[in-house]
Parts: sequence; structure tokens; C-alpha cells
Amino acid sequence: MKPYGDTLDDGAVQLSFTLPIAWSEAADEAARQLVAKMGFGEVSVVEGRSIAANFSFFVVYARTPVSIDISTIAAPSASADALDMDGVDALIAARIGRKVRVVGACIGTDAHTVGIDAILNMKGYKGDYGLERYHGFDVYNLGSQIAVEDLVRFAKEREVDAILASQVVTQKGSDIANFTALAELLEAENVREGILLIAGGPRVTNLLAAELGYDAGFGRGTLPSDVATFIARRIAERVAA
Amino acid sequence: MELRIDSEAVASARRLASAVVDPIAGFIARHSTVSVERAVARLCGIDGVDADGIPLPNRLVDALPVREVGVARVLGAAIAETGRTPQQVAEAVAAGEALQDPAGTPETALRAALRPFIDAGLARIDANRTAREALLRRLPQGAPPLLYVIVASGNIYEDRTAAVAAAEAGAQVIAVIRSTAQSLLDYVPYGATTEGFGGTYATQENFRIMRAALDEVSERLGRYVMLTNYASGLCMPEIAATAALERLDMLLNDSMYGILFRDINMQRTFVDQHFSRQLNARSGIIINTGEDNYLTTADAVEQAPAVLASQFINEAFALRAGLLPRQMGLGDAYEIDPDLEDGFLFQLAQAQLARQIFPDAPLKYMPPTKHMTGNIFKGHLIDAMFNLTSVMTHQTIHLCGMLTEAIHTPFLGDRALALENARYVMGTARSFGDEIEIKPGGKIERRAHDVLAGAVRILDGVAERGLMAAIEGGTFADVRRPRDGGRGYDGVFAKAPSYWNPFAEALAGGEAAVTR
Repeated sequence: MKPYGDTLDDGAVQLSFTLPIAWSEAADEAARQLVAKMGFGEVSVVEGRSIAANFSFFVVYARTPVSIDISTIAAPSASADALDMDGVDALIAARIGRKVRVVGACIGTDAHTVGIDAILNMKGYKGDYGLERYHGFDVYNLGSQIAVEDLVRFAKEREVDAILASQVVTQKGSDIANFTALAELLEAENVREGILLIAGGPRVTNLLAAELGYDAGFGRGTLPSDVATFIARRIAERVAA
Repeated sequence: MELRIDSEAVASARRLASAVVDPIAGFIARHSTVSVERAVARLCGIDGVDADGIPLPNRLVDALPVREVGVARVLGAAIAETGRTPQQVAEAVAAGEALQDPAGTPETALRAALRPFIDAGLARIDANRTAREALLRRLPQGAPPLLYVIVASGNIYEDRTAAVAAAEAGAQVIAVIRSTAQSLLDYVPYGATTEGFGGTYATQENFRIMRAALDEVSERLGRYVMLTNYASGLCMPEIAATAALERLDMLLNDSMYGILFRDINMQRTFVDQHFSRQLNARSGIIINTGEDNYLTTADAVEQAPAVLASQFINEAFALRAGLLPRQMGLGDAYEIDPDLEDGFLFQLAQAQLARQIFPDAPLKYMPPTKHMTGNIFKGHLIDAMFNLTSVMTHQTIHLCGMLTEAIHTPFLGDRALALENARYVMGTARSFGDEIEIKPGGKIERRAHDVLAGAVRILDGVAERGLMAAIEGGTFADVRRPRDGGRGYDGVFAKAPSYWNPFAEALAGGEAAVTR
């Protein structure tokens, strides 16, 4: 499989980037050769101009010679077959028989609670109610800038079933460092096994979360009911086991 | 384009906001904080850090034998007794020397001893204000909406490169994004930042580096480029002091933001915001308030009255600190769900309403963030509608929306595209707002009426309960904060009868007093 422009397998892609040089015809040519060096063919610099004294911006169309075999790709979603709120509450009532305790926080220095709030707050996101609205959950939203030590202490004290760690700022890998620190601390405190550990944020994928040792990861477009379903099903499995 | 608005409702909102702020003003007058005292120390010329990297203003204030009398009194006494400068006193404290109780030093002696340093601090602030005024006359910054962009690499030297490039691409205001961690630090870090997360620290050295770069590019472009940072968090007064000393032009500075969104103690914030705003008033700095935050955490249509109510409260606090209306960058944001039919009309209604209610305020208009996605093409289009709203309703400080808002802190090219978008829309539609009339009784006007009526209802409720109780009850942004909870509460203290803050005395009346 290749990118599709207007014909199957034409491999057409669009790129845009900035070079640290004032615009000239040589800058256009530099942009063209740079894209050719990336392995693209039929490189066409359709726009190139100065955007500051020493910077130029380019828009480039090109064709890639490489392709991918889709049958080799595996990226399981944590949001598959999500139930609605009533379905989740019914599942919890029938198979767990008590409220599921969930704590959420924006960890490290990250102050952007928009994601964790969308999942936990009563109002929810895009018409999908947040976990606070569910009968089946006891929700603690600790908010922004929570040190992983404080989050782990809280989780132990309240004996929570699930931790939702959110990261929006990804500058210089701070999100990965914080996620890792949380997972490691839970391991060090010997509580990792008993807690469902979930990562969330616009740059998070389920695959990334698995690599970091999390039970699941939820990225952009996630609805509260996706997360609720995942938690309820996993805790129900644990209760049964 | 004019809305017919109920002037009686506006007057009533102002009266209520005043009634909300009055009891808090009494509380503020009776209290000080460690950050206020450290700001006084900085204004007296104390700077630098000890061997462990702890700022000398912190070492000094932490070493006060009695903090209730204020650092100025202790400092004045130490100078009178030893003949040292404030910096030398602080260095001696850092070296382990104890401070003496100032009660042993005559009042006139300690005041006279500190006087030259107070005067020097005030003179520097005034010189910066005068310099800015002269620069703005010689290098006019161009018509509003002023195009404002952020730089946020976490390295002040990369930020400098980005800021200069943005200015060349048309930016009129540069904001250096501060590391989110700083709001919870009870000190102002020292020196240049080269490895910040989510931004750089607000430090005096970073301010200096950026001011120098922008002064240079201002001369080259023939227009003054303004510099913005954040006087928020636990150190509002100190950052305002530093900004005054280094000629920043704008500061993010909200009367309630830290309480609601950073869990900083409300008493601490109320006292801190007042002294920081007194400093801003004197230094001619334009504050930017944080109403946009109400919209990013909750539904923008629903929260519109809360934004207006907060603007009235911010105005009331600002007036009490001596800020002139032309220094009040009251905030709003373009955050209504793009899927909502006629959402653009609601945005226009709110923006025009604020313009008419606060005619002299340099309103600060924030771009869409909450509904921006990885679809940068649609994002660029939403930003264009935001740009149109801003130029139609004569907003003053225009934070350019980035097509990559949901993805990363802006790339250099993103800023250029954002500025190009704003310049195109604002150029092609420059006079559009002045050429059309709003349909009387139509959707836009009805929406404006609803928002104003809602704001009056909120203010009425807050005035009745009291502001502190209202915040405890979750009136703002659905966040509940106890009055003795949150960060920084232990840094609040009641003033002794002999408390002395010579800067607060000199600053009473703000720029209004200076220009009279």
C-alpha cells in the first residue's frame, strides 16, 4: 500500500518545512534536494519564500517509492466495543458488586487538565458523560501538577482500582519521563499488580502505553465511556479470577 | 456595528463587582505575604543567589526576626546600624549572620537609611515607563488588533531567535511562555534558562536577554515590539517587580486564576495580586487577565456569563490597585464548539459586548485551543474566523492562533503562517465591523443580552455570599477552594501596627497618580 493522490499507488505526499536561510533560488533548490535525499521522487517545490530575515518556508509535493503491507500491522485499540454509561453501570453492578475507585491526575509539572477533566468530570466530552456521573465509579480527580509520589500515596491510602495519568505537554519527552516514573514507583511500592494503570493524552496511543508498562493508553478523540468500559471489564475479569 | 445594551444592567454589574471586591480590599490592606516582602527586597536592589542557588530575597525574608513589621523596617534598621547596602545585608544573612530586631533603631533613622534605595528602585521603574513611552512615540507599534505570538522552546536563546523571526514576520507582541512548574515555586529562579519544560522560567536574566533582542529588532523594523511574561503563581509581586525593572510591557496577571487553576491559597493570591498590580500600574505595564481559562475547562456557551462576571471583578480589583482602564487587558477566548450552528454569531456577540462595556480596555482575545485537533487544515480555518471576529469587534491584544495548537508548541513556520492568516483577514476586512449594523432584536443582540443578564446574576450571588465563600462553594469554573487551603497559605501574615512597605505607600494611586 502507498499514499493515494489521485491514482492508486502514485505515492503522493505533501510536506512543509522551514529552513534557516533567507529565500533565494538556491534555497528552493536546497529544499528540493533535501526532499530527494529523504528518498522521495518527482519532488516539486510549489511554494518557497522568506518568512523572516534568515528563515524560509516551503511547501513540497513528492512521491514516495516505498510501500507498506497492511497485513503486518497490529495496533489493538483499548476502545473496542465500548458500552454506554448504563451498560457500564449494569456491568459493574452485576459482576463487581461494588463501586470501582478511580483516581485521575495530570502528573509532573503538566498543568493541562483538559483531557483528564473531559474523561472524569460530570459533564464529560462531546455529549458523553464523564465517570463522575456513573453510579459504578467513585472518582477522585486530583487535578494539575500532581507529583507521582503524591499520586501513589493517594492511590494506596484510598485503595483505588485504577489510576488515570494524563500528559498533554510532551516537550523534550517530559510525558514519557513522567509516565515511566509513575509506573516504576508503583512497582517499587509493590502495588502495581493490584491497580489498573492507564495513560491518557493527545499524543498517547495504546501501543505506546503498552511499551511503558501500562494496561492501556487512550489518545485523541477518546470518550469517557471508552475508558469506563475498559476499566469495568478489566476489574470484572479480576474479580472473577 | 453597535449592540443596544442595557446600560442600567452594566452599571448594576459594576456596582456589584465593587461590592464583591470591597471586603477583600479590607483584608488585603491588613495583610502581607512573603512574596510581597521579597518583591520589596528586590526593589531595594537585592538580587543573586547563595551557594545553594537559593535567591537572596528568600534568604533575607526567611531570616526576618519579625516578619509582621515588614522587610523594609528590618532592612532599614540593618543599614542604619551597619552602613551596608541592602545587597550587603542580604549577603551577610546568606553567610549566616543574624538580623537584629528593628525595635532598637529609631524610626527616623531606619527610614532615612533605606530611603536612597527606595528612591533608586522607584526611579528605575519610572525611567523604564518613560523610556517605553518615548519608544512608542518614536517607533509606533501599528494599529490594533496587536498581533501577539508565543515563543516556548524552553531555551531562552532559541526563544530569542524565534522572537526576532516572529517580529520580522509581523508580530507586535512576544510572550515568552513560562515553565508550568514555576507557578508553584515559592521563589523566582535565577539566571538564563536553557533547558526548560513547557517554557523558560521568568527570571530577571531571561527578561534582560529578550528585552535587548526585541529593542534591537524594534529599531531595525521601525516599530516597537512589546514583551510579555507571567506574573502569576506564588510569586506575582516579585515577577511584577522584576518586569518593572527590566521594562516588560505586558504581564499575565489575574486576580483569581491561581486560586482556581493552580490551587494557590486565596488569601495569598488576593494580597499578592494587589501589590503586583500596584507595581504594574506604576510601571505602565498592561495586564492580561485569564478569563479564557473558564472556557477551556468547561462549555464555552454556558460559561460566557462567568467570563463577563470575571472581567468585572478583575476590573474592580485593578481599579483598587491604581491601574488605568488602558492597562486592563481583560480576557476572552474564541472557544465555542465549531460544530455549533451560529456559534460564530455567539462569538461576535460576546466580543462586541466586552468592547462596548470596557471601551478603554485593551481587550485580550485568545484563540481557539479546546476544539483544535491534528487536522491543521481545519484548524487554520477556525483561526481565520477568530481573526475575523477580532478585527470586526476591535479587540486590542490578539493572540494569534496556531494551526498546530493541538500538536506541539509552535514551530517557527507555524508562527509565520498564523501571522500571515491574521494579516490577511484583518487587512481584507479592516473596516467591515464599522460598515455593518447588527439586526435589532436578532440572534446576536439577544445573545449579548443573555450573557449580560447572566453575568449580573452571578455577581449578585457572589456579592450576597462574599467572594471567598463563593469560591469555596464552587461558583467559578466549578472549582471549590477552601479559604485556608491551597499552596502558599503559610506565607500570608497579618501586618503589625508598625508594618512598613515604602513601595506600597509610594504606589498607592498607581499610574493615575503619576500622570495627574
